[in-house]
Amino acid sequence: MTTLLAVVIGVLYAAGLYLVMRRSVVKLVLGLALLGHAANLLIFTVGRLSRAAAPIVPAGAERLVPPHADPVPQALVLTAIVIGFGVQAFALVLVKRAHRETGTDDLDALRSTDS
Amino acid sequence: MRALVVVPVLVPLATAVACLALGPWRAAQRAASVAGALAHLAVGGALLARVDGTGIQVMQMGAWPAPFGISLVADLLAAIMVLLTGIIGVAVAVYSLGSIDAARERHGYHPLFHVLLMGVSMAFLTGDLFNLYVAFEVMLMASFVLLALGGERAQLEGAVKYVTLNLLSSAVFLAAVGVLYGVAGTLNMADLALAVQRGTAPGLVTTLACLFLVAFGIKAAVFPLFFWLPASYHTPPVAVSAIFAGLLTKVGVYALLRAFTLVFTAETGFTHSVILVVAALTMATGVLGAVAQYEVRRLLAFHSVSQVGYMLLGLGLFTPLGLAGSVLFLVHHGLVKSSLFLIGGAARQLGGSYDVRRLGGLWRSHPGLALLFLLQAFSLAGIPPLSGFWAKLVLVKAALDEQEWVVTGVALAVSLLTLFSMVKIWSETYWKDAPPDAPAGPTRLPALVVAPIAALVLLTLALGLGAGPVFDLASRAAAQLADPSQYIRAVLGEEARP
Repeated sequence: MTTLLAVVIGVLYAAGLYLVMRRSVVKLVLGLALLGHAANLLIFTVGRLSRAAAPIVPAGAERLVPPHADPVPQALVLTAIVIGFGVQAFALVLVKRAHRETGTDDLDALRSTDS
Repeated sequence: MRALVVVPVLVPLATAVACLALGPWRAAQRAASVAGALAHLAVGGALLARVDGTGIQVMQMGAWPAPFGISLVADLLAAIMVLLTGIIGVAVAVYSLGSIDAARERHGYHPLFHVLLMGVSMAFLTGDLFNLYVAFEVMLMASFVLLALGGERAQLEGAVKYVTLNLLSSAVFLAAVGVLYGVAGTLNMADLALAVQRGTAPGLVTTLACLFLVAFGIKAAVFPLFFWLPASYHTPPVAVSAIFAGLLTKVGVYALLRAFTLVFTAETGFTHSVILVVAALTMATGVLGAVAQYEVRRLLAFHSVSQVGYMLLGLGLFTPLGLAGSVLFLVHHGLVKSSLFLIGGAARQLGGSYDVRRLGGLWRSHPGLALLFLLQAFSLAGIPPLSGFWAKLVLVKAALDEQEWVVTGVALAVSLLTLFSMVKIWSETYWKDAPPDAPAGPTRLPALVVAPIAALVLLTLALGLGAGPVFDLASRAAAQLADPSQYIRAVLGEEARP
């Protein structure tokens, strides 16, 4: 499972970086979204995957008995997903406004401020 | 009074909520904004006095003991930066009243401004890496909207670039945080420092240090990651540019200072040498970019890049004197750069342009403004006895002590080029006669524009003339950075051992 996720993360990073480097603004936003997903899955995987091992103290026991999952990476991922959602929503609106104002989705055409 | 540590985060939050609630009443909203900024400044001053008097202040959120909960930590560096945030916050809040148009105010300028201050303060005070990520995102979200608010074409173009590179930086930061948790099992910075001292996965930790260097380097605008800054900082209203240039890149520099003095100190021979090289290249490329510019905000934006190099110089040297120089430079640059942007905005109100070639004659018509500019320009270039001179003197002395001749040479040459481009603004905007087709602007500047500029200039003067006590304070802050065991004991308790 870890190997599979590692491959998925790698593909997501590659696709995300490829899209970010395209000239189209829409692909840029999609690329940023993929990069966010890649980072989230990376946290999830690096936090060690386990199956059927909820971090709950069993009845009658004093403490958690291994193996148990670590809940912290899942809390981190959840937070990051929410933040990523907000930021990507803003990026979409920004790109829409920029397109309406400049009439192009070519990043190379956005250089009226460069001189 | 442990709770004092969290108040600099709560005050801007409460102010933002109040400004939002007072939305329909413009005068009340403006009053609330300035009152909130003043309260933030007062709390910043109280926090610095307390930290300097009684040592590092720590608050465990929800009373969860470290490293399980989120710790807020105010050491001297953090307290100094919070106070700097308060000072620049008040100046820009007042300046905004006289320069931000009513449409932007209606669309939430004031609440966003205070959310930005909240994110910045939280980034300075947090003792937890993931919480630092959250603070960055709060700050970024507010800065995105402030940058694009108004929706002019140039703003939107600048915002696309700014948003892209900052989101990229956040993705790198998040990935690095995740892997670091997988390696060390903690994100509390003090606990991480102990884990690194124990020798946890040294190779992987150094690799992660480089990832953090890239992530924070984009935020701090270092070579070769700075291109978003001169593409965007000159597009919003000048009050927004001033707060961005005075504070936002400082947060990136602060994060680098924190991470590379507390956590990533295992292989300083490699990581800090990289920082030193990056610092030299940042100084040089930034100032060379500035020399070619005639748009005053763009020129100042390139200078910000160049000055970030100086701030990193002290970190790269990694000696107590070098770190003291970096702290001194952070404060000096925050005050000088934000006031220079505000002065550029005032000159535009008078002459109708940000392009220095289309301005002129302000020395004759407004000698007061010209004098304020001259003081700040000389301070930025490092003319004694102004603040920039002392900051650069300490850094150059630290570099000479370490026998880093090349970096010293770069730092001195860049000072000269800084002076050159400041003289360019001076001779074009103030000294030469006004061009014949120049529009006739107002003869007097509003007090709301002049007062914050004058206050920042007076503070810079005080910083230069009172260099002794200020340097002592910076040295104490640097001593805390150079000896992380104080920070670790304050957070984790006296018995914390690697």
